[in-house]
Amino acid sequence: MIPAAFDYVAPNTVDEALAALAQSGDDAKVLGGGQSLLPVLRMRLNAPEKVVDLSRIESLRGISEDADALVIGAMTTHHEVANSELVRTHAAVLAEAASTVADPQIRHRGTLGGALVHADPAGDLGAPILALDAELVVVGPGGERRIPAGEFFVDLFQTAVGDDELLTAIRIPKHTGWGGAYEKFVRVSHQWSIVAVAAVVDSSGDRRSAKVGLTNMGSTPLRAPATEAALAEGASVAEAAARAAEGTNPPSDLNGDSEYRAHLATVLTRRALERAMGG
Amino acid sequence: MTKISVKVDGALYSDDVEPRTLLVHYLRERLGKVGTVVGCDTSNCGACTVHVDGRSVKSCNMLAVQADGHEVTTIEGLATNGELHPMQKAFSECHALQCGYCTPGMIMQAIDLVSENPNASEAEIREGMEGNLCRCTGYHNIVKAVQQGAAATAQAASTTGGQS
Amino acid sequence: MTVNPEVVEHLIEDSVDVDTSDDLGGREVGRARVRKEDYRLITGRTKWTDNIQLPGMLHLAMVRSPYAHARITSIDVSAAKTSSGVVAVLTGADVADEQGSLPTAWPIVPDQKAPPHPAIAVDHVAFAGEIVAVVAARSAAEARDAAELVDVDYEELPPVLDLKEAEKDTVLAHPDLGTNKSAFWQFDSAAAGTGGSVDEAIEAARRDGIVIEREYRQQRLIPAFMEPRSTVVDPTGEQFVMWSATQVPHILRLMLALTLGVPESKVRVIAPDVGGGFGGKLQVTPEEVITFLVARRVGKPCKWTETRSESLLSAHHGRDQWQRLTLAATKEGRVTALKVDLLADMGAYLGLVTPGVPILGAFMFNAIYKFPAYQFNCTNLFTNKTWTDAYRGAGRPEATYAIERLMDELAVEVGVDPLEIREMNWIKHEEFPFTSVCGLEYDSGNYEAATARAKELFGYDALRAEQKQRREAGDSVLLGIGVSTFTEMCGLAPSRVLGSLSYGAGGWETASIRMLPTGKVEVVTGTSPHGQGHETAWSQIVADRLGVPFEDVEVLHGDTQVSARGLDTYGSRSLVVGGEAVLLAADKVVEKAKPIAAHLLEANVDDVHFEKGHFRVKGTDHGISIGEVSLAVFSSHNLPDGVEPSLDADATFDPINFSFPHGTHLCAVEVDTETGKTSIRSYVSVDDIGNIVNPLIVEGQMHGGIVQGVAQALWEEAVYDDQGTLVSGSFVDYTLPTAADTISFVTDNTVSPSTTNTLGTKGVGEAGCIASTPAVVNAVVDAVRHLGIDDIRMPCTPERVWKAIQSAGAHAGEATEQAQEHFAPGEPNQDTTTAPATGDQS
Repeated sequence: MIPAAFDYVAPNTVDEALAALAQSGDDAKVLGGGQSLLPVLRMRLNAPEKVVDLSRIESLRGISEDADALVIGAMTTHHEVANSELVRTHAAVLAEAASTVADPQIRHRGTLGGALVHADPAGDLGAPILALDAELVVVGPGGERRIPAGEFFVDLFQTAVGDDELLTAIRIPKHTGWGGAYEKFVRVSHQWSIVAVAAVVDSSGDRRSAKVGLTNMGSTPLRAPATEAALAEGASVAEAAARAAEGTNPPSDLNGDSEYRAHLATVLTRRALERAMGG
Repeated sequence: MTKISVKVDGALYSDDVEPRTLLVHYLRERLGKVGTVVGCDTSNCGACTVHVDGRSVKSCNMLAVQADGHEVTTIEGLATNGELHPMQKAFSECHALQCGYCTPGMIMQAIDLVSENPNASEAEIREGMEGNLCRCTGYHNIVKAVQQGAAATAQAASTTGGQS
Repeated sequence: MTVNPEVVEHLIEDSVDVDTSDDLGGREVGRARVRKEDYRLITGRTKWTDNIQLPGMLHLAMVRSPYAHARITSIDVSAAKTSSGVVAVLTGADVADEQGSLPTAWPIVPDQKAPPHPAIAVDHVAFAGEIVAVVAARSAAEARDAAELVDVDYEELPPVLDLKEAEKDTVLAHPDLGTNKSAFWQFDSAAAGTGGSVDEAIEAARRDGIVIEREYRQQRLIPAFMEPRSTVVDPTGEQFVMWSATQVPHILRLMLALTLGVPESKVRVIAPDVGGGFGGKLQVTPEEVITFLVARRVGKPCKWTETRSESLLSAHHGRDQWQRLTLAATKEGRVTALKVDLLADMGAYLGLVTPGVPILGAFMFNAIYKFPAYQFNCTNLFTNKTWTDAYRGAGRPEATYAIERLMDELAVEVGVDPLEIREMNWIKHEEFPFTSVCGLEYDSGNYEAATARAKELFGYDALRAEQKQRREAGDSVLLGIGVSTFTEMCGLAPSRVLGSLSYGAGGWETASIRMLPTGKVEVVTGTSPHGQGHETAWSQIVADRLGVPFEDVEVLHGDTQVSARGLDTYGSRSLVVGGEAVLLAADKVVEKAKPIAAHLLEANVDDVHFEKGHFRVKGTDHGISIGEVSLAVFSSHNLPDGVEPSLDADATFDPINFSFPHGTHLCAVEVDTETGKTSIRSYVSVDDIGNIVNPLIVEGQMHGGIVQGVAQALWEEAVYDDQGTLVSGSFVDYTLPTAADTISFVTDNTVSPSTTNTLGTKGVGEAGCIASTPAVVNAVVDAVRHLGIDDIRMPCTPERVWKAIQSAGAHAGEATEQAQEHFAPGEPNQDTTTAPATGDQS
């Protein structure tokens, strides 16, 4: 299908982009890699008056180090994230999760920032971002602010980024040497995750250090606090993983009801933890 | 209307396009590049796969205006001097196509896959082709063709001393 | 016109070298020829309907009902009509007098009930997706923009969506029809005189034998051909020219004439390159009729191309049956009767062959077995869903699934290996020709040979040992082995048989051969390929028959102006029926050429024989090539008296019987009991499809068919919510498998040639799809049977498998008892400790 008509701007700087957004308010949509937005526009599920394309803003691309943090520009593609030595070294679980997003063609254009702001609970990047305690750098008319990943996802397709703001970068505290695993469960490979689990464990493989993020177990990506707490208190991986779905409210759809998803979360959490611990 | 300038299969085009025009529609309807086809509206099927600046993308999931200043290669731009690309030959020789509708996208993705991973295993090929749906072949011969095309591409590169 | 005979002779000379360097002795048939079709397909030079651009062409967009069942109370098109670029907006009321009712070619019973089926709904919609208006505009984008502005008011009616609800007739899909029942159709072997009474046999088995009663669900599927449907109609010439992505250009032309009252001679239909069909393009669609009507109304070429979502929603669906089955057998496992009660979902309307799809399965439930008694009862029902029709296999996959699942259940009851129970019941190779309990004469086959070969390739015994070992070790990933020994009736079809089943047409096929002056050959076929490689295979047949090079043969098809007669491509008929017609036409060319050759050779016609492209005088090396004869006929300067100056020939072939491909498919799956996910581990198919024209094409057909069948077993289902909205309405939710979900297959063939056509071929298009579904489900059930599970509904999704395991675990006590019965006495029940006795058949 063909999208409804819209105006198009492709600013060269973040300031120009913010100005374009300020003009249009919530009638504008930001175009990152477009891999989620385009299907929405084509199906006419959304018909913005203006589309603000960020692809010309060079400062939004690239992966760099800033002291103890890894900084990934919002317009960095999944393919770049998945294949970055820096990301593999300091945030391995994110590289792995990025390599599972959709398919190669989508990963060539889809961006980390775009996927996070799209905030599909079945998207693969929220869980690792949560598990890695990332910070999301957002700029708006009032300047720059940093949002902890735990406060970034608000609801289904909703984040803490305002209509007049842009996500510019993702800052990840270096998890150098940490084990990481992203266990993704799908029926056929090009599907969105039915459930997926991101786990990280420190370089000594000490399970008490584990942090766990859940994909598609509620209206937003989630941490698994009961599992993490149990591990911190010395529970076995199996015992702790069995509590992965506690406090979640997973959806029911063609791929599985909430009961099944809750079960999958426990299995995948165990597998992710075991793999992250070097098992 | 937005003015764009884009190089497609070696020729430069300057056009005014509606911003909502998908790259695939621009290719098909404005440039007559009907070798690239549309198979879905959710970017699942990959039939519309082309290369933008040398990497595979789904041209139904990109606006024509986003191609401004970039270089696009379609299935129609693969053959050089009438000589088919080794991957095109491999698809035919391995009977990796039946109705052929998915084939342009399959070939474009296969070339991308091989350029990134010239020695891909069967499993890596299967994973690397996951963004392209085929309803005829059951993928068996497509996987075979990608393997054969990879070997032929490597050989072509080594005999010409070129970089693929 | 001038022709330089020397140049022509040079062309002919150049082309008579036939490679004889391999063990085919220069024959083309049997050779793994790379396809002629490929070049245009791999270079993007294909002629898809959507590529067509004509001067002044308008684009259509359909407005579709979001409701499954509603009355249309009003339609306001004023905003759409004044939208930019819009030339016309038409509703059902606007075309009510001219649109007729879409055709059904198969009234299976004289009192079959069906609602009128307007292309554009007039006042009542019966499924979500039914067209209520059409917009014609300068561009596709403008047409879609305007379609969004058409304002339709509906009064919602309660939909009936479930087959078993529909059977009750409490909620009606079409209130005016008064019932949801379209037809009831029965075959009874006692009544037909082809076998005994099922009821008596079942009674006897209840007293002293085995009775297995099961209910299986054939979920609704979507053919999901890769090329979305597209139609262009040019009304500006003497004939209306329609290009359409169709499997059936000839049938479409006839049906357009009958539906719209247009003289058939005023319609030309072209199926250019068509991107897959699988039965999904065996249809005369509302969209084709609408495109025709709009083009005629506005006097401009019009194009309609669907989106994928539109396609999944509105192109006909397939399968969708409930199967209630009763199998009776002796204690030893010899089947004594099979009774089948089907509920078949027509959806909202009857398509071209909708009512006949279950009937195509009626003759196949007995499969390869010697059943003494058989009864088939089918109730065709309307629901408020997209209408169903042919999908790869059409009736036969449903039948094969049912019987192959049942044979596994019988094996368990008897306590023997699934292959053993099949062998006990199948027709032995020395018993062919064999008349089945349905009265069909199976002309050839060798089930023993195919099965032995499949077992060997599969490593059957080793896999059984691994299965046992995994169970014993308490492995969370279990191995399952599935068997499917199938046959199908192909080569649709003997016209007389079709007549006896009330089908509206014959089953013949036509071919013409045109000998060109340069010795090149044009073959015109009535089949209409859309991926099957007819251009290549027909060239191979003609190359052999006429002794001309493969490259010198051009195959023309899919245009009623070129190929005037034909019955198109479906039902694995093209090679068996259409290929035979090609062969017969070629033989006629030789017959026509022979007296001319004799004349030119100054020999008696009885002394001339034809071999490898040359007419030769017996006992001499004096000869002339068929190309030279063709040139002589072109000039006609020196022909025998009274001879028609043409070598061209037509042939029409009407088969005397179906063909009966068969095969043995073996599948190993791994079931992850923690997640319920099934992965295919290995798959072997050994098919007997008779003689093979092109092994490359045959393998490809098998691979693709197998994956479509596996997809029914594991992945695909068209799901509606309780409002009648299609939930699996895009490729996000209608989950086709990818390369990453499938494996490489081992395929092989045994050969027992068909006796009903010269080449001895049987057809291969549907075999894989028919065989693989039960092989996979049998494997999944086999993996978890020891846990007390004897069925999992398709598709066997991870969730369904996991839940089956959970609920078997919850009833562990009962399951143990059940499972105990299933295996040989004396064997302890497994509960993951020991394998069943059936596992050790070495």
